[in-house]
Amino acid sequence: MATKKYRCKVCGYIHEGDKAPDKCPVCQAPASEFELIEDGGKAKKGIDKNGNAYIMVYTVAIVVVVALLLSITSGALKSRQNANVELDKKKQILSSLPAVVLEGADAAKLFADDIQHIYILNKQGDVIKELDPVKDFNYAPAADELPIYMAEVNSETKWIIPMNGKGLWGAIWGYIALNDDRNTVDGVFFSHASETPGLGSNIVTPAFRDQFKGKELMKDGKFVSIAVMKAGQTAQGQDQVDALSGGTITSKGVESMLYNSIAPYEPFLKKAAGLTK
Amino acid sequence: MKNDRFREALLGPLNKNNPVVVQVLGICSALAVTVQLKPAIVMGLSVTIIVALSNVIISLMRNTIPNNVRIIVQLVVVAAVVTVVSEILKAFAYDVSVQLSVYIGLIITNCILMGRLEAYAMSNKPWDSFLDGLGNGLGYSWILIAVAFVRELFGSGKLFGFQVIPSSFYEAGYVDNGLMMMPSMALILVACIIWIHRSVNKDLQEK
Repeated sequence: MATKKYRCKVCGYIHEGDKAPDKCPVCQAPASEFELIEDGGKAKKGIDKNGNAYIMVYTVAIVVVVALLLSITSGALKSRQNANVELDKKKQILSSLPAVVLEGADAAKLFADDIQHIYILNKQGDVIKELDPVKDFNYAPAADELPIYMAEVNSETKWIIPMNGKGLWGAIWGYIALNDDRNTVDGVFFSHASETPGLGSNIVTPAFRDQFKGKELMKDGKFVSIAVMKAGQTAQGQDQVDALSGGTITSKGVESMLYNSIAPYEPFLKKAAGLTK
Repeated sequence: MKNDRFREALLGPLNKNNPVVVQVLGICSALAVTVQLKPAIVMGLSVTIIVALSNVIISLMRNTIPNNVRIIVQLVVVAAVVTVVSEILKAFAYDVSVQLSVYIGLIITNCILMGRLEAYAMSNKPWDSFLDGLGNGLGYSWILIAVAFVRELFGSGKLFGFQVIPSSFYEAGYVDNGLMMMPSMALILVACIIWIHRSVNKDLQEK
């Protein structure tokens, strides 16, 4: 009994005989794809690669190795990533101020210079906590606490309110900077997670954002927000900007984000005369 | 002869063995990222790197992988490589990772990856597999770039976000083709590329 074993390199089929078959019966590969399995090759290795025990050990081993690798990577990079996220948030806040030039500047330093205070307001618009913008930057406000950033740019006071909302596909967020009258918009910054490229994603462009400059949030002492309208339509009793063509739902999302995020600050905005320090 | 094999592994996927227009793999992501040129290029680049990397890893492991669970093993390797790459980007190139956002995650679901691992890396040496991954990634990229070029040019009159169709055209009544922004247009464009490709390479035509 000197039968040899041939294995098909394409599908792994094993043929027993004196020579390789003309064609693999499983995958039709030609004879050239067959390789001779050395006699005793299996015995030497001593492991059945398709046995249950091997598969179990193999899968467990690979999962453990991969899990270890991922947790080490994540652990090793966590602090750098957090620093990046923090820096990015600072950049976003500063981007709402048109007077601040971020290009080529050290954002962390700019932030420390320009942002004077983080105030935490209650629902009545009173300051209940005063935080240091650098040390307490990652303070997580409770549900009924409203954070607001006070900036000092070219010796003018600006108030920056964070905003959150939803667009067509996912979250949208931004920051709106108000002048010291707490009514006129100085600048806005928008960003998004996954709006349609080329359409809804255009909320981040200066062309869209610049429209907000100089618009007013309140009319006759009442908070009315800013409308985002299609070209040709006019909003009643409030300031408006043009919506994005092809990005209607994202534009509507911006509009409701503005309203919903700023409305809780209404009592604070009305106190424009009080509290400057 | 060795060089022939390497050349075939690297250059074959650019033309006669292209993953998109011949094997029709990776169509889903071709729809999603080809509205503008920039994301298309970034996506092509990331897929190229990740296919090449996971091809090498699977090729190194190929003699130990049990046949019954090979797909799962491949999936685990791809997912691990993608996650590690995305973590590294977040730590060292935050801006890039923000731009890539969802695309990095999408790479795991790209059928080209599994296709190459299963069809090539499982039965070839690491260096061959590396070239094959590189070739397929580039083959995928050039289709993406071609489609994105047409879609961005005619859909919004821009290239890389810069206006290229002069405003005098618009004043004369030219209008951007909104249909180009729709995902279905990517399919039609890929089909056009397949059409041209097959009329040039007659041996690829099915009887």
